Amino acid sequence: MTTPDRYEVVIGLEVHAQLRTKSKMFCGCTTTFGAPPNSQTCPVCQGMPGVLPVVNRRAVEFGIRTALAFSCRVNPACRFARKHYYYPDMPKNYQISQYEEPLAEDGFLEIEVDGGSRKIGIQRLHLEEDVGKLLHEGTLETAQASLVDFNRSGVALMETVSRPELCSPEEAAAYLRAFRAVLIFLEVCDGNMEEGSLRCDANISLRPRGQTELGTKVEIKNLNSFRNVQRALEFEARRQAQALDVGERIVQETRLWEADRGYTRSMRSKEFAHDYRYFPEPDLVPLRLDRAWVDEIRAALPELPRARRQRFVTQYGVPAYDAEVLTQSRALADYYEASVQAWGPSPGNRGDRPKTVSNWIMSELLAALPGDDELAIQRSPITPARLAGLLRLIEDGTISGKIAKDVFQKMLASGDDAAAIVGREGLTQVADEAALSQIIVSVMAANPKAIDDFKRGKKEAKGALVGQVMKATGGKANPALVNRLLEDKLSKT
Amino acid sequence: MHRPIHELTDAYRRGDLTPTAVAESYLARIAALDERVGAYLTVVREHALAAAQESERRWRAGAPLGPLDGAPLALKDVLCTRGVRTTCGSKMLEAFVPPYDATVVERLRAAGAVVLGKTNLDEFAMGSSTEHSAFHPTRNPWDLSRVPGGSSGGSAAAVAGGLAAGAFGSDTGGSIRQPAAFCGVVGMKPTYGRVSRYGLVALASSLDQIGPFAQDVEDTALLLGAIAGHDRRDSTSIAAPVPDYMAELPRGVDGLTLGLPDEYFIDGMDPEVERAVRQAIDVLRGLGARIERVSLPTTRHSLAAYYIILPAEASSNLARYDGVKYGLRVPGRDLVEMESRTRAAGFGAEVRRRIMLGTYALSAGYYDAYYGKAQSVRTLVRREFGAAFARVDLIVAPTTPNVAFKHGEKEDPLSMYLNDVFTIPGNLSGIPGVSVPCGFSGAGLPIGLQILGRPLDEARVLRAAYAYEKATPWRARRPELA
Amino acid sequence: MIDRKDVEHAARLTRLALTEAELERMREQLNSILAHLDTLRLVDTTGVEPTSHAVDVVNVMREDEVEPCFPQDAMLGNAPDRSGEFFRVPRIIEE
Ligand SMILES: [Mg+2]
Ligand SMILES: [Zn+2]
Repeated sequence: MTTPDRYEVVIGLEVHAQLRTKSKMFCGCTTTFGAPPNSQTCPVCQGMPGVLPVVNRRAVEFGIRTALAFSCRVNPACRFARKHYYYPDMPKNYQISQYEEPLAEDGFLEIEVDGGSRKIGIQRLHLEEDVGKLLHEGTLETAQASLVDFNRSGVALMETVSRPELCSPEEAAAYLRAFRAVLIFLEVCDGNMEEGSLRCDANISLRPRGQTELGTKVEIKNLNSFRNVQRALEFEARRQAQALDVGERIVQETRLWEADRGYTRSMRSKEFAHDYRYFPEPDLVPLRLDRAWVDEIRAALPELPRARRQRFVTQYGVPAYDAEVLTQSRALADYYEASVQAWGPSPGNRGDRPKTVSNWIMSELLAALPGDDELAIQRSPITPARLAGLLRLIEDGTISGKIAKDVFQKMLASGDDAAAIVGREGLTQVADEAALSQIIVSVMAANPKAIDDFKRGKKEAKGALVGQVMKATGGKANPALVNRLLEDKLSKT
Repeated sequence: MHRPIHELTDAYRRGDLTPTAVAESYLARIAALDERVGAYLTVVREHALAAAQESERRWRAGAPLGPLDGAPLALKDVLCTRGVRTTCGSKMLEAFVPPYDATVVERLRAAGAVVLGKTNLDEFAMGSSTEHSAFHPTRNPWDLSRVPGGSSGGSAAAVAGGLAAGAFGSDTGGSIRQPAAFCGVVGMKPTYGRVSRYGLVALASSLDQIGPFAQDVEDTALLLGAIAGHDRRDSTSIAAPVPDYMAELPRGVDGLTLGLPDEYFIDGMDPEVERAVRQAIDVLRGLGARIERVSLPTTRHSLAAYYIILPAEASSNLARYDGVKYGLRVPGRDLVEMESRTRAAGFGAEVRRRIMLGTYALSAGYYDAYYGKAQSVRTLVRREFGAAFARVDLIVAPTTPNVAFKHGEKEDPLSMYLNDVFTIPGNLSGIPGVSVPCGFSGAGLPIGLQILGRPLDEARVLRAAYAYEKATPWRARRPELA
Repeated sequence: MIDRKDVEHAARLTRLALTEAELERMREQLNSILAHLDTLRLVDTTGVEPTSHAVDVVNVMREDEVEPCFPQDAMLGNAPDRSGEFFRVPRIIEE
């Protein structure tokens, strides 16, 4: 799947993120997902004759917040422009976007590659409005008609254009992952790629290694998951390499990624170049961004995923992998830190509690809840305090790790705390020597063959007996104690 | 019963007249005479009578909503009216019924106005004669063989012909002031941003402004007062307090300095118009105003700049009419064919021409030479007005270079465009202006005096117009329609 | 001078179906109008900022507050063609 070494791949990504504003970019319509078609519109977002747009302040704030997180220069003056092209999902047949004076320019995003990290330049960040949704009666090719739903029309979008500095499809996917994490951390976008909250287009060109000028670039649309970004770019890099190999010229064009079929295909003919006829949106006045406002937003910026990841490694001693998983959203990272804090410092010099918390989150919590879903984590029925309570019961020997996993499930279902469940269901480990001895005696009596095997030197037979004892106690017996008592009894027979 | 609104409401107060009787009288006149004038596209008889009855109840209870309660008005058919079709004079929107009211319409309803109907215009407000409505032309009540001016010709003709007590129009390059001059009524374009454009179907967004037509200056002040002021739905509307225009009117022109721009008296203008305007200036001098010459040299380039900016913005604003969401649809085998046929069939020749011109001017490679250049010329026009208004309080000039012309007289689009040469600079710079009747030609056709003011200084503009009107006999003359 | 290709390009950009004769007439008229507008070249605008708004208003924004949407029926009421809750358009053939 790799591109031949004689070519260098140059990729730039354009990401459209739906901003988490309550109302649309230019009108008061709600932005909730999944409502009946055309039930969340008004004359403004349906582009009726006579309507006018008014900028959503929160969208501008979110744009500035993101720009600052990417170390962009927030332009003191910016304005909106109209971008013209005809498509039936765009009611005015122009999109209110930004062109010559975008909200912010010149920043970067740091991505992890091959154990190191690289800064990928961000050229510009601007605000615009989303279009509606088209459904085809049948497939696009065979449909006799298409249906339009304007619910999404006018939703606030933030477009971020990277510099063409990504060197491989893997890097492009890594960029998108890091990008998404930052947006989720900033709470400006929910990052839900299935619902289209984050959409990605790519520019890709190849050039012979050593050549300085860029090759002809091709734009690829419809890359709506990490996997698709990588697959589509891999396909396209190979396609271009094959063309260049046989001396073909690459045509500057837009291609569509057909995820089901695994190829890109040309979308628009080359003769009809785009001519968007941008001009300043006369219905909106320029923005002159107040320094004090920008500073206020800067002061309130949260610690970003990368910094937090590094801190988790140094402060809590967890492996880099754990730190990455735990920082996939701000809510999860907060959850982790709150749990560690609730449990308290590790006894002695062991320092093992943070890692234990991490294990439990990664294996149990994230099996039940999506870690990048801020709301799901925040509303987890197992609060950080309750998780700490459960871990405390394991540490002091009240329950075994195995029982704890069941308790965890019960906590998830009931929202009760661990001690209550353990008490109510009698899950405390049996650590009473007398009681255990009695059980062991009856197990031994019921399994004479295992005892014979053991005596004839088959040491595994003891394991079977331990298992029987655990079973008889409903898993509640303290395993170390069972072992010691059983060995004692076996040596005496 | 065709009297100024302030007289009608005085009569309501005294109980001499009722809003219902007045509305019925206007509706009867429309039924009898509008076939000849063609001022209306839609008359909303039932709505009007219902509104009049409510108004009547309020007057009877001694609790009118204000000085417009019960005033029978007409609206140019570019102002969106909820539940009443809004056609823009185009086949494209022949059956379009907006689900919302323009801000201006909302404010008028809140003031108790009685809307009689929607008036005719050049299609999508592109034109200066109201001959280019897709439905029928409007005729000038002073001479039915002549045009009423445009594009708000229906509104001007309605007020002149006694088919409405007052009316509203929109002015993008003179579309209120020019028809007001041609029809012998008062017409005002307020400062850009003074009146909300929300619900005004856009022609050229950076130039459009809504304003009133009235039988006299007092009514003009009343009508403007009802619609002026900030609107949070229009980002370009100005958040400045609205003065009490009525209170300002009697202050006269004594002590004011009026600028007389050299460039507004040009070769080829109708000598009768020039004479009437110069006499009007003498009247103002006699009332105590000082007259000073000012120079606005970029005026002669205003027309060219305007005919780039307007088509460019219009081509964008009219892109939405594609047969998908509302309005006309002409079937086609596929989407592009449907849209292209719809637009070709739905728009008239002048609209198609301007859309093409604007598309061309904005397209790749031509933007700087056309749109960019025109916007810079606009800066010069603004600066010149700024410099002039540093020396003078108001500028006085003719509204148009000529009186109303005959139907079909100006076939060539360019000669039609020249009609707006004195009004366009006011739109490019955003300043307020009024046209007030200042006499008649030998053939008995009205002539308009234009008074321009500083941004947001409508009060002073109206004050000068009022002083002039009081000192002259013109408003007593009415066209003989019946 | 505008040539036929420019006129065709503009007609295509703005979705206007013009016949051969209309295209030719349009070309003539646009050229005649543009010839008059060419006087703009005579104006010295070196260093002159363009004016896109006649008012000096800046920073107009609204709070992020939800307002009631319009009823679905009201918004679909003017549709030239609809299918249930959707606007319906003829098939889309990519250019
Ligand atoms: Mg975009
Ligand atoms: Zn809306």
